[in-house]
Formats: sequence, C-alpha cells, structure tokens
Amino acid sequence: MLFIDLIQETYIALTTNKVRSGLTMLGIVIGIASVIAMIAVGQGAQKSVEDRIQSIGSNLLMIRPGAARSPGQTVSQGQGSSTSLSLEDADAIGREIDGLSAVAPSVSGNYQVVADGSNTRTSVTGTLPAYAAVRNVSMDSGSFFTEAHDARRAKVAVIGPDVRDELFPDETDLTGKKIRINGIDFTVLGLTATKGGSGMDSSDDVVYVPLSTAMQYLTGSDSLSMISVTVSDQALMDQASADISSLLFERHGLSDSDTADFRVMNQSDIVETASSVTETFTLLLGAVAGISLVVGGIGIMNMMLTTVTERTREIGLRKAIGAKGRDIRKQFLVESVALTFLGGVVGIGVGWLTATLLTKFASVSTSVSTSSVVLSFGVSAGIGILFGYYPARRAARLNPIEALRYE
Amino acid sequence: MIECRNISKIYRNGDNETVALDGASFSVRDGEFLAIMGPSGSGKSTLMNVLGLLDSPSSGTYFLDGRDVSVLSEDELAEIRIRKIGFVFQSFNLLPRTSVMRNVMLPLIYEGVPHARRSELAEEALRAVEFPESRWNHLSNQLSGGQMQRVAIARALVNAPSLILADEPTGNLDTKTGELVMAAFRKLNLEKGHTVILITHEHDIARYADRIITVRDGRIVSDFPNRDVRSA
Repeated sequence: MLFIDLIQETYIALTTNKVRSGLTMLGIVIGIASVIAMIAVGQGAQKSVEDRIQSIGSNLLMIRPGAARSPGQTVSQGQGSSTSLSLEDADAIGREIDGLSAVAPSVSGNYQVVADGSNTRTSVTGTLPAYAAVRNVSMDSGSFFTEAHDARRAKVAVIGPDVRDELFPDETDLTGKKIRINGIDFTVLGLTATKGGSGMDSSDDVVYVPLSTAMQYLTGSDSLSMISVTVSDQALMDQASADISSLLFERHGLSDSDTADFRVMNQSDIVETASSVTETFTLLLGAVAGISLVVGGIGIMNMMLTTVTERTREIGLRKAIGAKGRDIRKQFLVESVALTFLGGVVGIGVGWLTATLLTKFASVSTSVSTSSVVLSFGVSAGIGILFGYYPARRAARLNPIEALRYE
Repeated sequence: MIECRNISKIYRNGDNETVALDGASFSVRDGEFLAIMGPSGSGKSTLMNVLGLLDSPSSGTYFLDGRDVSVLSEDELAEIRIRKIGFVFQSFNLLPRTSVMRNVMLPLIYEGVPHARRSELAEEALRAVEFPESRWNHLSNQLSGGQMQRVAIARALVNAPSLILADEPTGNLDTKTGELVMAAFRKLNLEKGHTVILITHEHDIARYADRIITVRDGRIVSDFPNRDVRSA
C-alpha cells in the first residue's frame, strides 16, 4: 500500500463523518490548548518572579543585623533591630574577603518627604555610590551621588520614579530641585530608571542619600541596616557567604551560631526558592491540563472503536481482496494519528491565542515556550498512536469470514 | 489449477464438533466454469472460504496452481488472494458513499499498482462488465442492485485474477437482473478465459455452468458435466 493511498483513505474516512471527527478532534484541541495556555501562565509567573529578583542584583549577598536582645534577657525585638553592624564591619568585609566585586553598606528608614506643597512617606536609603552597581540601580536622568558627596556629608538625593510621580508629577527635569526629608533640605541630583516591582518592596518608591549624610541628619546612629555585597563569580557565593559569617563572628566576639547578631542572605537561594515554587505551580497547571488531554485521547479511542465496529464488513472485504493485517492496522492508526495531529496543530494555535489574550486583557504574564509547543506536538501524536493502537489492532485481527458476515 | 485432496473442516465449539467438510476431493481445470450446489448448511460456503484462502482446512491438502497452500502464513495467503483470486459476494460489499471507480480500484491499492495504471485497469474492468460509462463516478449507494453487483464483478476482475469465486451472486437480485449478471460471468469465462467457481443453491443459476458439483453434509455427492448449459 502506497503512502499517498494511506493519506487518501484517511482523508475519505475522516470526511465521511465530519461532525464526529470534528467533535473528537475538539477533545484533543481543548487538551492541547489548555496544556499550552496553562504552561504559558506558569512559565510567565516564573519568569516575572525571576526577573524581579534579578533586578535587585545577581550574585548578591545581603548581611542584615540580627534580633536585638537586652543583656541577660531573651526577649527578641525582631530581625534587623539589632545595632550590631557597623561601617567598620563593612570595611573589614571589603578588605579581608576575597572574590567580592563591590560592598555597599546602607541604612534605611521611612520618612516624610516634602516638595513644593506635595508630600509622601517613603523609604530613604543612605548608602555609598557602590550601591548603584550592587543593586542594579540605573539612572533615568541626572547622576548618582559620588564619594565626594559622602565625604562632605552633602545634602543631596537621588529619587525613584514613584517618588517623582508623587512630588513632581508634571516636571521632566528634576536636577537641582529641592526636597525636604525629615525637615532638612536636600538637592535632587537625579532620577533612577524604573525597575518594576510593586507594593511594599518596590525599588522605585525610594530616595537615595549619601550614607554619612543619612547617619548624621536622619538616623543619628552609626549602625547599619544592611551590607550588600556582590560576589564576582556565582560559584564563589557559598564560599564568600561562609567567609563573611566567620569574619563577623570573629569581629563581634561570638562563639556559636545561636548567638549570631547578623544574618547573611544569599540572592541565589532566594531565586532558587522562588523558582521552585513557580516550577511546582507550572507543573500543577500542566498536570491539570494534561488530564483533559488524556480525556481527549480516550475520546479518540472511543471513536476509533466505534468506527472499527461500524466498518467491520468493510474490513472483512478489504482483507478478503488481499489487504494484509498490517495494511488495516496502518490505516486505522494513521486515522487516529491524523485526528490528534490536526487537533494538536489547532490546539497549539488556540492555546497560544489564549495566552496572548490573557496577557492582553487579564494582565497575566504568560510565556509560550518552544519546548512546550514541541512537547504538546509530540504528546498529541503519541496519544494518537497510544489510543489508536488498540482499535487498529482489533481491526487488523478481524477474521475476514466473520467480518463479512457481520450485521 | 485447483486440486483438493480429502479436505475436511471441523469447527470446534467447546465439546461440540461440527463437521462442515468431510473429505472433499476434486480438481478444477484452467478456464472451467464450475457451479457448487447444495442446500444451506451443506458446507458449500466453507468450501468457498477454503478455495478462496480465507479459511484453512483442518486436514487434507489444497493445491492452487500446483502449490500446497495449506502451509502458508496469513500474509502469504493475502498475497495470493490479491494476485490470483477475485471475490463476488451475495451482498455486493461495496464501500459505501464511495465512487464506482474507487470501489473498482480498491484491490489495486493493496497491490501497490501505480496511480496512472489504476484508472486504466479499472476502466477496462468496468467495460468488460458493460457498466455504463455515465455512472463511473456515481457513488455506490446511488446504484441499483444489478449495477452494484456488476461493479463488484469489475472489482473482482480488476487485478486480472485467474480464479473468480462468486458466492450466491444473484441471491439479492431479481430473476431478470440475476440473468444479466450470470451472462456477464459467462462472457468473462468464454472470452477472457477466467476460471469461475459459482456457489449457489438455485438450480436455475447453476445451469449456466459447464460442470456442477453437488455438496451435502460436507461431502461431494455428485460431480458431472452440465449437458444443458443455459446460454446467456
């Protein structure tokens, strides 16, 4: 039997009963479309989480003070409340630990910021110029402050786009504008570029000032809220983290980890945790969609079995005039694979469209990956073979004499 | 061309044994027109299935063109069926909702004949059974019984088989159409030299053949030349 005949026979068989073929195919279309769309939603979520975390800075270690405890007491006042981190600690880390590309100590607090009659409450971060590199802060206009500003405790500030929207909604050039933070006048040096993120930890709703200025005029203390460190190589992250811990243990005169007055947080750990959560999420969505694909496959099997029964006499005739078992088997197998294959193609289109519409109208971030398309293509063809094999084998094994007598 | 030696067929259904054929022996020469007659249940259908290689005998040997076919595999039997045997059934068994041409070409598809050659052979076969050319592209379910049976005969002829097996070919037709169909067989036998084996229970139909074998209870009870051949 020639291949072209196989295709022609399949075409005739499928178009003879268009409604039934169409409905059966619909099962596969829905299955494949939901797999594509659900995986796109899952991967979109994964991508946006990863992007957000990456925007904070890659290869980042964050050292924060631990919980403050009064001497002899065990009442914790919460993480980050301790005043144990000092600028000297930051200097020591920069000096003594290998493999670091930048160290940026910072203090932060929430203050009322006022300009030209508008005001907002926002997070003010006092830090060193290295912070811009460590935390991936880039400038939209103007410039970040310099070491010189810090050295002379200059009252200058760099503001984030969300703060600009609150204070200077109509201004384009902010350089030289005055803002008051906690009652003290600061001159605006520049505007940072939008990084995205929303809600509590938006890195756009922030004002940056030099570290020494913040310590003197705002916090009035020389303890740090955080030391951010970038490691030159991803592979050195764990080593650097351990080195920093032991250095700080030594400097703070601590002996065991239970008494630690600081925490070292690893950016890649956070990324990994977040990724594994969204991966599970993707897997779950995919599995739910996969169930509908299996149901579609059972629909195919059901239709093929019906077809084999309906066409029993015809199969008997074909065998009588000389069709071999494998000719018959091929014919029915190609029929079911054609159904799932076409269903798969349409399903990929529908799934992709669904993902696009979800992004457009429901602002759900989606990402249709090539691998999910290839996968569902393979799966749909595979389902055709899997669920078509049993009916095809049944057809091929029919006894021609009995099949010809079948009523 | 056919030689059957002591062919038996026993169906076992649990403890029951049904003897459908009981030691049938006969031979058929090339170009013969043979009728196998018998009442229903006499074993003539079983004999036809064995002769058509759809069934294998429980014992005995069957030589087709000098070859013992009782030892061949299913695929080998299918191969012989496609090259040497054409079937015509009582209920026509055309593919429904399919054109006359495609129905006739069906055996050629399984034989792997190239496309261009197929329509040529199909046209030739349709002409041989005098099927009107205007209906070649009609669908099989738009035809009358007599026309369907002629399409079925054309299908049996298309791969130029040496043996045509017809199982009650007039059973579903009225007398007049039946006569026309029998005339077509007669003509094929006389003009093209096809060996025709006709299975029937009607004496009138059997009379078209040159030789009549009568079967009863699985045994051949008579085998004689027909001196009174009905002319078409």
